[in-house]
Amino acid sequence: MKRLVNKHPLAIRWFHWLNFPLLALMIFSGTLIYWAYPAYRLGIGDFTLAKMNLDQTTWRALHVNNRLAEGMALHFFFMWLFGINGVLYVLYTLVSGEWRELVPNRHSFRDAWNVLLHDLRIRREPLPARKFNGAQQLAYTTVIFMGLGSLLTGIAIYKPVQFAWLTSLFGGYAMSRFFHFWLTVGYVVFFVVHVAQVIRAGWNNFRAMVIGVEVMHD
Amino acid sequence: MTDEVRDETEVDIVAANDAQVDRELKRLTRRGFVTMAVAAGAGYAGWSWLRTRPREGDVPWPLRRVLQGNESLAESYFRDARLSPNFRKSDITRARVNGHIGLDKPVDLNAWRLSIEGASSPVALTLDDVKAFPRREMVTELRCIEGWSIIVQWAGSRLADVMQKFPPVERPRYVALETPGRGYYVGLDAASAFHPQTLLAYEMNGAPLTSDHGAPLRLAIPVKYGIKNLKRIGTIRYTNVRPADFWGERGYDWYAGH
Repeated sequence: MKRLVNKHPLAIRWFHWLNFPLLALMIFSGTLIYWAYPAYRLGIGDFTLAKMNLDQTTWRALHVNNRLAEGMALHFFFMWLFGINGVLYVLYTLVSGEWRELVPNRHSFRDAWNVLLHDLRIRREPLPARKFNGAQQLAYTTVIFMGLGSLLTGIAIYKPVQFAWLTSLFGGYAMSRFFHFWLTVGYVVFFVVHVAQVIRAGWNNFRAMVIGVEVMHD
Repeated sequence: MTDEVRDETEVDIVAANDAQVDRELKRLTRRGFVTMAVAAGAGYAGWSWLRTRPREGDVPWPLRRVLQGNESLAESYFRDARLSPNFRKSDITRARVNGHIGLDKPVDLNAWRLSIEGASSPVALTLDDVKAFPRREMVTELRCIEGWSIIVQWAGSRLADVMQKFPPVERPRYVALETPGRGYYVGLDAASAFHPQTLLAYEMNGAPLTSDHGAPLRLAIPVKYGIKNLKRIGTIRYTNVRPADFWGERGYDWYAGH
């Protein structure tokens, strides 16, 4: 027998789907800023796996070269919407009690490990039917702290004299910029894994993020 | 016999229930995805609107307004007592030359004067006149708007000391600085201009300024991005009208403050 079960509250769906274009715009405008001085690479010592940079030809082909001023204007516009949406989301989860489903507990780490083994087809047992498994709890809570990190490193870069204490907390101006950049790379990694998992989980799960309810079979 | 009837009834009930759930699901799905499509359309329309607005200072006016709003917020939070951190001399990094705007013609150091406009009477100072003010030294970070930063040792006179000696008729809201010939020009809010770390610098990293770095006199203002650290100052002007700013006219934040 089929039945509909409430899964995601309306507010959380709105926060989630607003965050998607807002974060995309922050990353896009951040990239326009970053190209003005693409300082980073992925590597250790003399070994470089990937330069966090593109050559001039690719820049021009993508039309993202020499757009620092535009990038900054967009970044300092959408930072408000991105930040407010994020703060309201956290407040909502606290007030509504949704945080209990989202924040990891003492079982989450073992659970997350089992999820990983399951996803890698090493472990056969089916996952417990809960709203968020341990891996999700860890991921969705970590990404909120990453958001806080982006906000704070952002302030540290934006106002390094008025908030000099904050900037020095991150190890100075250049280090603040370093963390701000790599947190963004973290979002991109999160996004790739998230989308892959959503595709794997299937339509019923995805639809629940849009309409709120999921179909259950008893 | 009775069992079969009951089974059939149960099958009917399940089928009826599932059909009803399917109808409800269809309704919710239609509503949810239509709402999402409308919201996405509205978002896209908003984005297109934003990008096509008439430009102010080479940036769509809504973005310019928000930059100005951010500026008001920053100005109300700004305190003279908050300083750009001082570094040790051993932290000094190799100086970097990032532009020659306003420096295209050589300067005649003997004929050079620093003129101050807006004081009760016109002022034209020689470099020695500027050096007569108490000498200030600092090792601070110069942060370029492009994203890089260097540690520089500056020596010079406080702009605030010079402005106090040649006061404006009333405390101005802004201070404008220009290169001779006005090839490059910056506007400062008064609070940043009067900040104790805002120097008229004549030495950089322990040596007199070179031409590349703005000889004979440049602005060292660590409460601003590098773009405001004007090289080769020709004129200082007190004004209550927001001064033009070279990069502010080219899409950048006019305030550009730290």
